[in-house]
This record gives sequence, C-alpha cells and structure tokens, in this order.
Amino acid sequence: MRAHGASGWRSTLIALASTIVFALVVVLVVSNSRGWPEVQRQFFNGEFFRESLRVIPKAFLLNVRIFLIAEVFILVFALFIAILRSLPGPVFFPLRALAIVYTDFFRGVPTILVIYLLGFGAPALQISGIPRDELFWGVVALVLVYSAYVSEVYRAGIDSVHPSQEAAARSLGLSQTKTLRYVIVPQAVRRVVPPLLNDFIGLQKDTALVALLGPVEAFRQSQIEVASNFNYTPYLVTAILFVLLTIPLARLTDWLVIRDRRRQLALGAGR
Amino acid sequence: MSAVTVLEVEGLHKSFGRTEVLKGIDVELRSHEVVCLIGASGSGKSTLLRCVNLLEPIDAGRIEFLGEEITAPKVDANQVRRGIGIVFQAFNLFPHMSVLRNVTLGPKKVLGLSTEQAETEAVDLLRRFGLLDKKGEYPDRLSGGQQQRAAIVRALAMKPQLMLLDEVTSALDPELVAEVLDVIRELAESGMTMLIATHEMSFARDVANRVCFLDDGVILEDGPPLEIFFSPQNPRTQQFLQRIIEAGRL
Repeated sequence: MRAHGASGWRSTLIALASTIVFALVVVLVVSNSRGWPEVQRQFFNGEFFRESLRVIPKAFLLNVRIFLIAEVFILVFALFIAILRSLPGPVFFPLRALAIVYTDFFRGVPTILVIYLLGFGAPALQISGIPRDELFWGVVALVLVYSAYVSEVYRAGIDSVHPSQEAAARSLGLSQTKTLRYVIVPQAVRRVVPPLLNDFIGLQKDTALVALLGPVEAFRQSQIEVASNFNYTPYLVTAILFVLLTIPLARLTDWLVIRDRRRQLALGAGR
Repeated sequence: MSAVTVLEVEGLHKSFGRTEVLKGIDVELRSHEVVCLIGASGSGKSTLLRCVNLLEPIDAGRIEFLGEEITAPKVDANQVRRGIGIVFQAFNLFPHMSVLRNVTLGPKKVLGLSTEQAETEAVDLLRRFGLLDKKGEYPDRLSGGQQQRAAIVRALAMKPQLMLLDEVTSALDPELVAEVLDVIRELAESGMTMLIATHEMSFARDVANRVCFLDDGVILEDGPPLEIFFSPQNPRTQQFLQRIIEAGRL
C-alpha cells in the first residue's frame, strides 16, 4: 500500500535523515582511518579520474557491444536447450541427455577457463573457415556458459506451467511443437523474466573476462592506464561504468518482481 | 435421419501405476445423443473422458470414433482430437491470451483458417453464448461462469462431432452453475453429441438421453435417466442415489 499525505511526507523525511546520518558515519570512519591519505592518492585522484574518463568510456562501448550480441544468442540458444530437455518420451532420450551434459558441463567449468580454452584453443586449430578473432571466441565462450544458466531458468519456467495447459492445447489438436510455441513457452518466458534479467546482470560484468584474450575493453583499457600512471583511479572509473550499466537492469528486475507479486495477490483475492 | 454411431468404447482398461482406474468399460454414443456419466469421485469418469480424447494412453480395449479405431497404433492423435472437443473442470483457458485468441488459436493453427475467417466464426459463437463483450478480455478478468463458457466456445470453434464435458460446473460458485448448464442445454437442443461427466443429477435427468452409473471403474448401470434415477436395479446405484437424495441434490 502506498502512503499518502502527511504520514507519507514524514516517512520520506525519516528515510532521508537516517540515510544522511548513515552516510556521514561511513565517510567519517573511512576518512579517519590510518591508510586513508594513501588510498585517496592511489584510488581517488581527480586528475587521473578526468584523464580516465577520456579513454575508458570509449573502451566500455566494446563491453556493451559484447553484452548485447551475446545476449541475443543466449536468449535463443538457451531456449533451444531448455526445450530439448523438456521433450517427453523415450525417443528423445539422446537429445535430453545431450542437453543435460551440456548444462552440467558449462555450469561446472569456471567461465574464465572456458574463455581461455576456446579463445586460445579454437584459433590454434587453424581450421579454414573458423574465425581466428579473439573477440569472436570470447563472445562464443560467454554464450556457451550463460546459455547453460539461462536454459535452466527457462526450464524452471516451462516446468511451472501447469500440465492442464498442455492438455487443453493438445485437446484442440495442436501438435507438441505448436503447444510449446503458442501455449507453454509464452507463459514460461513471462514468468522467468526477473531471474533472466538477473543472469544478464552477471553477463554484463563477465564481459570484462574477454579482456584476457586481448581485446581492449574497459577493464583492459584501465589496466593500461593504471600501468602507465602507477595509479589505481582508472579501476574506480571502470567500476563506476559497470555499476551505471547494471542499475537500470536491476531496478527493472525489482519492478517486474513487485508487479508480478501484486498481480498474484490481486488474483488470489479475486477468487 | 439414421443415427450413426459416433463413439464406441469396448473393454477399456486403464491403470495409473498399480491402481486400475477403468476395469473394462463398454459404452456407445449415437449421433445427437447426450450421455451423462454419474458416480462418486474417483469412479473413473474423468479418466474415461481423457482416454476418449487420447490424452491418456489406454492399456487394453478399443475406442472407435465415427467408425475409425482411434486407439490403433499409428493413428494421428492430433487429427482425432480435431473432431472431439473436451471441456475441463478447471476451464484451462490460456491465461496469456484474450478470449478471442483463446477461441481462434485452434481454428488458425490446427485447421489453418485465416485470422479473418477464424475471428468471424469466433465472434458468432461468442455472441451466441453471450460473451461478445468479453472478447478482448483476459481470462483472469472473467467470472468462473464466463471462463467456463469461453472454454466451451473454444472447444466448439473446432466444430467437433463429439463434445466431452468433464464436471464443468464443479469448480463454480453455486450461483454461476446455471449459466453454464444453460449453455450445455442449448448445445444438447442443437443436436450436439455429448458425453458428460457430472454431479448435477437433476441436470442429467433433464438433458441426458441415457445415464451411465460408474462405480470403481465399471459401468454398473446404463439406461434412460428415469429408469436409472427412479428404479435403479443395482444395489450400488441405489445406495449412491440414496446419498444424493439425502443431500438434497435430486
């Protein structure tokens, strides 16, 4: 329930006051610590901050590109894996098994290892027609790893659709495939949007791992800056950029969760 | 018009795990016939309907629909289901679609009608059952009675030759039961062949051409409603009806 009128203003004021007090305490504790002057010089240097802002955001665009491209492929590929795993009957056992092996493997192996193995291994095969670009393999690695997670999210959504929905669809004469396409998957996807976005927040951060293969994205660029100035402020700038990218997605996720809860409450109260 | 056999069930057996739910069911429906299945919960009424719609594989026996054995191997279940509509106790409308899209999904994606054609037909049906003003609504905005009527329309949109109704009023508030029963009555009058599992005894008495009493997976008695309700031969039927009468439901 939303607060209105005088009581609403009062609670806003209380929230504001307590936030200011809390922030003051944190600032005082940190700035009075013994190592603060040194940390301030190394991490919060105004001059290097401004200099970083000139180069790092440009490199950060590469992170955004990696994220956007990987996201599209993950959404499609993970759904494919989830559907394979949901196929019923003994005929489809090999496909189900394949999907299980895939998700187990890529959820089990650390992302950083997948990136190394693919990024350095695949181009080294020197098979003609296979791209040798590190960036390409970095994105492939992210897609493979995150598809494993996201397919589990999809699968949870598919499993959460009541079997009676499938019965209703099949009873109309819809095939298994059309039942999935028009009835099961649309409902499943709606339900898993919040956890899906959550995985994408993770993906945004992990775009920095692609730097290990060589492409100069934000993290790599800040490493270069740090090494040339012996000052850590560029890392701070990169961190801020990542947070700024994440916040809208995080708030959107919260909003969707709240909206779903409201809707369910309304339904429960209705009948 | 000579009566064609629409549905013929012979020696149908069905088990879930070790529990045998149907223990040799024989039942026949001719065209335009309305047959009501009565019996206690758990007697196998719903399972029988689900078997006829091929939603459950059967263990033994055979089911013929319009002279074709639909339980034979290699029969295309999707093809069979086009001709057999089923309405469930819990409505099972698709919650992410408007009423209109619920109704047009089958005709469009199964029968291959154009959107325009499917919508024209759907609108006619919705008008006939008093739901035209609800065509743009989502199921969660409808009352239980409206949802169930929409589910009936959805099944009818496939122009089935047989309708299966599985306790379609059991999940409804008492004041909403009548509007759904009226719809079924109208269907019966229009000549729809129907197999109806129900607890509404007076409805069964009024609408059915025949009533079958199911008990523990067997049809113990099968006959005209007046015979079954007022001079039941089997002691189990007598006992069941006695309890219904005591509960004031007949």
